[in-house]
Amino acid sequence: MNALEVSDLSFSYGAREALRQVSFSLAPGRFAALLGPNGAGKSTLIALLTRLYDVQRGDIRVGGCSLRDAARPALKQLGVVFQQSTLDLDLSVEQNLRYHAALHGMSRRQTGLRVDAELARQALTERRRERVRELNGGHRRRVEIARALLHEPRLLLLDEASVGLDPASRLALNQHIRSLCREQHLSVLWTTHLLDEVHASDDLLILHQGRLVASGQADVLSLEHGGDLGSAFARLTTPGVTG
Amino acid sequence: MNAYWQCFSGIVLREWLRFVLQRTRFLSALVRPLLWLLVFAAGFRAALGIAIIAPYDTYIPYEVYIVPGLACMILLFNGMQGSLSMVYDREMGSMRVLLTSPLPRTFLLCSKLLATSLISLLQVYAFLGIAWVYGVQPPVMGLLMALPALLLVALMLSALGLLLSNAIRQLENFAGVMNFVIFPLFFLSSALYPLWKMRDSSEWLYWLCALNPFSHAVELVRFALYERFNPLALAVCVGLTLVFALLAVLTFNPQHAALRKST
Repeated sequence: MNALEVSDLSFSYGAREALRQVSFSLAPGRFAALLGPNGAGKSTLIALLTRLYDVQRGDIRVGGCSLRDAARPALKQLGVVFQQSTLDLDLSVEQNLRYHAALHGMSRRQTGLRVDAELARQALTERRRERVRELNGGHRRRVEIARALLHEPRLLLLDEASVGLDPASRLALNQHIRSLCREQHLSVLWTTHLLDEVHASDDLLILHQGRLVASGQADVLSLEHGGDLGSAFARLTTPGVTG
Repeated sequence: MNAYWQCFSGIVLREWLRFVLQRTRFLSALVRPLLWLLVFAAGFRAALGIAIIAPYDTYIPYEVYIVPGLACMILLFNGMQGSLSMVYDREMGSMRVLLTSPLPRTFLLCSKLLATSLISLLQVYAFLGIAWVYGVQPPVMGLLMALPALLLVALMLSALGLLLSNAIRQLENFAGVMNFVIFPLFFLSSALYPLWKMRDSSEWLYWLCALNPFSHAVELVRFALYERFNPLALAVCVGLTLVFALLAVLTFNPQHAALRKST
């Protein structure tokens, strides 16, 4: 069963169409990069995937459960790292994680075990009592990843998660998420506008003017549309060209 | 059921931690009513003699009269501020986290309203404590009886705040809310002057005050503080809380906000 299945998804802000008939799927354990220039519709797609906006047309299924008809089991399988930090800066690392666990209705005992495990995995055990305000950008991101994984989702959604990080932290974050993909069989949807964060073997989705103009393995798409990823992306997202 | 309880207690705990950690916010919420009590009321004491009116058994100084209204003023400011920030402000981030919870959105919003209302009560009782030291001393039993009344009023005002922020784009900044919601609700009420005094000045102003839900909120708390029951005020507050909460939940939709911003 696919970790994520988006079918025929369209969304409009009044008369302005932000997404038109977007369909794609993501298999378990795969890393998919979602690329698109500003205004391509990425933020709208993320808002729909995280239930901030209600689906107008089409459907989104997480682990086989429709966000429209079975939001509860669908959201249980979804972990999210938002573009802008959503941590409470004045609360400690552990308090932030416990709040998230409570939102997912996890028991106290289960929360304790999962918080310990995720903090250890992110090498944050020593900092669990520190206020988030005292952490640097890279560490804050790791707290957000720990938080997103606390309820053991099948699908992890990262919305421009590397924005604001220095190159070394950016690389480390990207590698870390890939290792989770391999080891935990976690499916990852990684939105970005930075081409160097995409690897040849990744699934690649290119969104342009609200439409999915290309989808497939990154190296195959690159060959089909210009030789390397940069020129393929440029060709597919040139104004007026919609695939 | 347990998941719901875990979620609700988590939301309350977060509000509590934020309250404890942000002391300046707590102090600034106290400064406003204390200025009214210690400065404004002292200045007007001579000008405004208060006749014997229910629920009081005797002549009272002006400070005694305005304490219930000032307690409700704390709830009014907190309710409006909290609900607005919930939808539009920097808290948008934390709102997104809240909405990724698998529990129903209605439950999440109601939990959030209840949690912020519970925290507001701490501020009200801190104010009542200072007023007690200053000499405004309602019966101890009245302080206990006021608790459910204050909670109901806090819920009513938070729900109203959320409803307004869903419905009216112009209320996105707090100055607009001050001018068009908080000031009219507060000044056109029985918080600062008994309504019979208002009637002496103007019949239509009196009716505006008498119909103002905030007047009923203030009277509910005033009566409870002096161990009396005001059924009309209770009925109005319960009814309006249900209506405001229902409408607020039904109209809550971040995509409406996005739509308004994009047009």
